Amino acid sequence: MRYDVFFAGYGGQGVLLAGNLLSYAAIHEGKNVSFFPAYGVEKRGGSAMCTIVFADGDTGSPVVGNPSVSVLLNQLSFDKYAAKVKQGGICIVNSSLVDCQNITLPGVEIVLVPMNQIALDLGDVRMVNMVACGAYIEKSGALQRASLEAALKKALPERNHRLIPANVNAMEAGAQAARG
Amino acid sequence: MQTGSPEKIFVKGNEAVAMAALEAGCHCYFGYPITPQSDIPEYLSRELPRLGGEFIQAESEIGAINMLLGASAAGVRAMTSSSGPGISLKQEGISYMAGSELPGVIVDVMRAGPGLGGIDASQADYFQATRGGGHGGYRIIVLAPASVQEMYDLTMLAFDLSDIYRMPAMVLADSVIGQMKESVTCGPRPETVLPPKNWVVRGRAAGEPQNVVKSLYLGDGEMEAFHWKMQARYQELADRECRWEEVHTADAELIVTAFGSTSRIAKTAVAMAREAGMKVGLMRPITLFPFPKKAYAALSERCKLFLDVELSTGQMIDDVRLSVARDADVAFYGRPPGAGSLPTPEELFEQIKKNYRAAA
Amino acid sequence: MKQVFTRPESLKDVSTHFCPGCHHGSVHRLVAEALDEFGIRSETIGVASVGCSVFLYGYFDVDVIEAPHGRAPAVATGAKRARPDRIVFTYQGDGDLAAIGMSEIIHAANRGEDITVIFVNNTTYGMTGGQMAPTTLPGQKTSTSPYGRDTSKDGSPFKMAELLSNLDGVAFSARVALNSPKNVLNAKKMIKTAFRYQVEKKGFSFIEALASCPTNWGMNPLDANQRVTDEMIPYFPLGVYKNTANL
Repeated sequence: MRYDVFFAGYGGQGVLLAGNLLSYAAIHEGKNVSFFPAYGVEKRGGSAMCTIVFADGDTGSPVVGNPSVSVLLNQLSFDKYAAKVKQGGICIVNSSLVDCQNITLPGVEIVLVPMNQIALDLGDVRMVNMVACGAYIEKSGALQRASLEAALKKALPERNHRLIPANVNAMEAGAQAARG
Repeated sequence: MQTGSPEKIFVKGNEAVAMAALEAGCHCYFGYPITPQSDIPEYLSRELPRLGGEFIQAESEIGAINMLLGASAAGVRAMTSSSGPGISLKQEGISYMAGSELPGVIVDVMRAGPGLGGIDASQADYFQATRGGGHGGYRIIVLAPASVQEMYDLTMLAFDLSDIYRMPAMVLADSVIGQMKESVTCGPRPETVLPPKNWVVRGRAAGEPQNVVKSLYLGDGEMEAFHWKMQARYQELADRECRWEEVHTADAELIVTAFGSTSRIAKTAVAMAREAGMKVGLMRPITLFPFPKKAYAALSERCKLFLDVELSTGQMIDDVRLSVARDADVAFYGRPPGAGSLPTPEELFEQIKKNYRAAA
Repeated sequence: MKQVFTRPESLKDVSTHFCPGCHHGSVHRLVAEALDEFGIRSETIGVASVGCSVFLYGYFDVDVIEAPHGRAPAVATGAKRARPDRIVFTYQGDGDLAAIGMSEIIHAANRGEDITVIFVNNTTYGMTGGQMAPTTLPGQKTSTSPYGRDTSKDGSPFKMAELLSNLDGVAFSARVALNSPKNVLNAKKMIKTAFRYQVEKKGFSFIEALASCPTNWGMNPLDANQRVTDEMIPYFPLGVYKNTANL
């Protein structure tokens, strides 16, 4: 199987960290992975996006025109990338920041998750990317939750390992919200 | 960071270059900051001094390439890296190194141009790299990685080839391959038999001949003789060192050809075409100089339609056309580099369909 | 019979291409004597520049790298970092060092590279035929300043020994001349000091040698020597501008 997922948001939402986490989780499951980041020239506040491809065999193109799953964290990325999701694919939308009235994407499953709200309720809006990761693994079924927990240990420096339970909670909350 | 199996690590392409340089025994690195390759000097500024090597952030790209010249003349393995605007500045030194028969590794993580251009991926420095780049008429070895693993492997190879053939070697990457992360197996330095460096400046002891590293040839016929010698060496390179990858070419009625990151995108497009029942293959040159002309010629004996894909308005296509049989057609699909112009597999699949149908 | 004059071992037994009265030969000899006297010929790497000094390897019996125009200090940096146990010197003219190579010399000096730079200032581009150099004196006529150097347009001559002495990385900076026996004797002392500093790993050492170029100045050798005294030394005073041993 070959999976691909596209993450986009603005700089500071942790889009690249989310992509790294999913990459480590896929590696943990023995997959080949390519993680292709793209971001604005500016160091802060620009747009950030990444494409992750993982497969048992060759990952092929690191660039994907029509992603199977897109996770869009702000209005700008929704406006720009929602229409690119592949037919039969999934578009996971941060409904806290995206105007969700009258969204139609024919042939695409839209999943609305109020990611900022969930993260805020859990006490830290910075966990919005964890909520997004939880929603992704819930809807795609591409990765095991345990792999993501293992990935957190790889991606976070030792001194931040105490934050892992809170991040796991945020993923759970994201998954639950995505289940609807 | 260790991940998955103990041998594989998940790193950026640029970091893989730096790691390979260390494994290859690169003793000196000289560089100047420029996006999208700054991970290379950052990594080496941290790791090289720990291993007893020398790292210098030079005053300029010109300073950096000339430090490379000096270190190489003194006999050690050395490297510099940059991107378009910086590589242009380095051309003076590269020409002198070529004229002085000096090895040395230059990494070009291509970005869009001309001028300041942009930091997005580009393949528009193909001509600059494969035609020598500077003045005087010379070539350098050019290797084109298409994965993070190849960033590692080809950097290692660049050091060996450069030493064996006594000429600069360039790793011609782009910002996609430089910035993306993949799992890499960091293999040990291969046990290549290298010629002795009996030409280095080392301080001439009594009874030893004087060694001079120079590119000035004023004597009657001296310069011409140098050029013929180099031509013979380029031929030797072409005979022995061409490397390429073929996918599904055996029965292909259309062969897509691309290098570097574009070849990765093309590979998926070829897979899409195969799924749709089309006999389409991929030819990816790994050495751009020497260009695998004979491999193209052999493919074109049977397959008469090629589709050259580049992230430029068309440069490698000249070499493809010069290599294939006269009755083979070479179609082109390219996009000039810049933000938003990276082609997608879906887009290339459309191009494959268009050309495949037209030929049918 | 006692031999009172002989060729330094570090110089080859050949005649040079330098014009009659040119001071390059004297500077070559003084550098070679310094290498002989420290016994470092077999560990020395010379870096030649572009200009009349390009043939360094033809006269010095040491290993030589020929650098691109102006880049000798960067090339020397690479060589010295690769082989810190070697003695590395560059030999550059005024166009090479103070025009096209200004960036390389300033930064190598500022890094305090453990190298010795011999800078021959004859106020003109010698090999290319006497064009205006960064050290051409105000009013001096050359093939590209036929009305004389106009400082309002061309700027004033660079005083390299003074300029470099302001950099922390410089251990020794001095200006010498070769137009009289007294000046030659002093120049020898200064050049020896410069190499001694490298032998002792004290940092960057710099010698600016005021030299004549009779051919491009359109003078006979004696008049050219006189010009060094009358015009050059007043503008480029001789002396030691930096000596870390005195700090």
